[in-house]
Amino acid sequence: MIDILIKNLPIIVVLCPLMMSLLVVLIPNIFFSWALTTLSTFLTFLFSILLYQEIQIHSHISYALGKWMPPIGIEYIIDKVAIIPIIIISGISFLATIFAYKIMPEEIEKKSISKVYSLWLLAIAGLLGLVTTGDAFNLFVFLEISSLASVALVAIGAHKDKQALVAAYNYLIIGAVGATLYVIGVGLLYGVTGTLNMADLTNRIADINNNRALIAGFGFMIIGIMVKAAVFPLHIWLPRAYAYAPSAVSVLLAATATKASLYILARILFSIFENSEDLVNNTLLFVILPLSLLAMFAGTIMAIYEKDIKRLLAHSSVAQIGYITLAFAIGTKASIAAGFIHMFNHAIIKGGLFIAITSIAFYINKRVTVNNLSGLGREMPITFFCFVLCSLSLAGLPLTAGFISKLYLIKASISSDGIWLAVLILISSALSVVYLWKIIEVMWMREGKKIVKKENPTIYISLIIITFLNIYFGLDASLVVNGSFEAADKLIGDIK
Amino acid sequence: MISSTIGIWNYWIVFCLMMIGLFLVIGRKNFLKKIVGLAIFQTSVFLLYITFGKIKGGTPPILNESIDTIYSNPLPHVLILTAIVVGVATTALGLSLVLRINSEYGSIEEDDVSAQDLVDYHDDIETGKNFDFKFKK
Repeated sequence: MIDILIKNLPIIVVLCPLMMSLLVVLIPNIFFSWALTTLSTFLTFLFSILLYQEIQIHSHISYALGKWMPPIGIEYIIDKVAIIPIIIISGISFLATIFAYKIMPEEIEKKSISKVYSLWLLAIAGLLGLVTTGDAFNLFVFLEISSLASVALVAIGAHKDKQALVAAYNYLIIGAVGATLYVIGVGLLYGVTGTLNMADLTNRIADINNNRALIAGFGFMIIGIMVKAAVFPLHIWLPRAYAYAPSAVSVLLAATATKASLYILARILFSIFENSEDLVNNTLLFVILPLSLLAMFAGTIMAIYEKDIKRLLAHSSVAQIGYITLAFAIGTKASIAAGFIHMFNHAIIKGGLFIAITSIAFYINKRVTVNNLSGLGREMPITFFCFVLCSLSLAGLPLTAGFISKLYLIKASISSDGIWLAVLILISSALSVVYLWKIIEVMWMREGKKIVKKENPTIYISLIIITFLNIYFGLDASLVVNGSFEAADKLIGDIK
Repeated sequence: MISSTIGIWNYWIVFCLMMIGLFLVIGRKNFLKKIVGLAIFQTSVFLLYITFGKIKGGTPPILNESIDTIYSNPLPHVLILTAIVVGVATTALGLSLVLRINSEYGSIEEDDVSAQDLVDYHDDIETGKNFDFKFKK
């Protein structure tokens, strides 16, 4: 029994939330639909932990879907790279589901809650499928499953604020154009190579040199995924979608949605096209590096001038995505590892910050703007203590997770002769202190009015867990660092 | 020259449709027209895939006794069946969003909607106006 489970783990991780989402929609009761969602996200997390242990033994699991052997059938690949986003997505979605229990009924009509949980699980299933699949077209299907579900989730915020509709609409249109561009890329690649399997694509691309259709296909795929990952000039959909989504949805999307796409970006750049080095290196140097640098500064500066806190955090996400793509753009083993470290750390940091801010919105019953926060630090000590710790982690102070990722990023950029890059990273981090301090100052230093509601354990338990993770991975980062270095090793091998 | 242009006739159509669709998505301010543009854009990609699958003189891929049969590639068609489903879902979701936008804002012109949003946004920030829930808990 256990044997069969272990053998089929790659598909079970995806199917568990997918099938449960069909079941959840049938349950009208708020508590039971939540309980089933929590159960399935917990099981998914458990399965991904099992998968992690399997990966430590086998290091590469290939699963032929329906016993149709790859490259003809659809292949699911789990290796040391893919396990990082799988753990991030399943772990954070579990925490976010716990958090959602109290928050969801406040913002959404009671009769539609089970449908929301169904979409919630569908989005998680889409993201997990995106990461596990080894088939370029199957990836597109999961891309659309996750993005359509997230669009619907964002639009549900319209119960509270009608701007959520426009945010969801823009997310849908921009996301659909991005996904279609990706399909054009896959189509061109298929036309040239005659295969859709990623491992097979890698081999066949090696035999083709300077084919214009290949280069065009590469461009289309990269741009399509960059839209989904919200890399700087293509990030327009992100701040609004995160700001107007229902609170729990913001937490889920902010911590997981872009991570899966960033992983796909890394996979296209370093795995599928590993044999056309000139093409990839030019892309990294002339496209992704400048855009990441712009993202780091544009995101931070937008955040400094923003007064709506959820939008502020979303702009800061754009800057943080810039750090991750910058790490990929440097292109050495150490820097790609740093990118994965930051991917993990950013998920726990942004998850924590969004949980804190949305629980504040729950207590004060207003949009959280800078003015609304005055004096709340003394009213809600637990929430704000965790918020401050996560902010310090975002700014990259020692003893927090954020410090570890900045440390490795700067180390990697110095070792590849880019001291100016290290300086720019430090400047951008210093600027991020400006907008974080703006919030902290208002909360602690100003006088404010009393609020009636008491802090509720069901809300702050996931906040405490995630803050603890921030501190824990700041003190002992060996798990994340080793995992990321193994991933980088696997991605670019012994070439560099 | 002429023969090669006509030979890739399908690709010209794909190219034109793609540009028309993309232009509608980017250039139009009407939310409904953007959805139409998106549908055209996606359809052009379907045509692109179908064109890949065509081989001159190819027959449908059903196993044939004679050895020198050329089969057309069936895989792009199957892929496009999936993509059509995805396209329909996208369009349906988009249209339902447009309906909701129309009932909330009373307009589906981007300029009107963003003007209203801007007013709301400033109300939120400057006056800290409460946003009351629209339904009974």
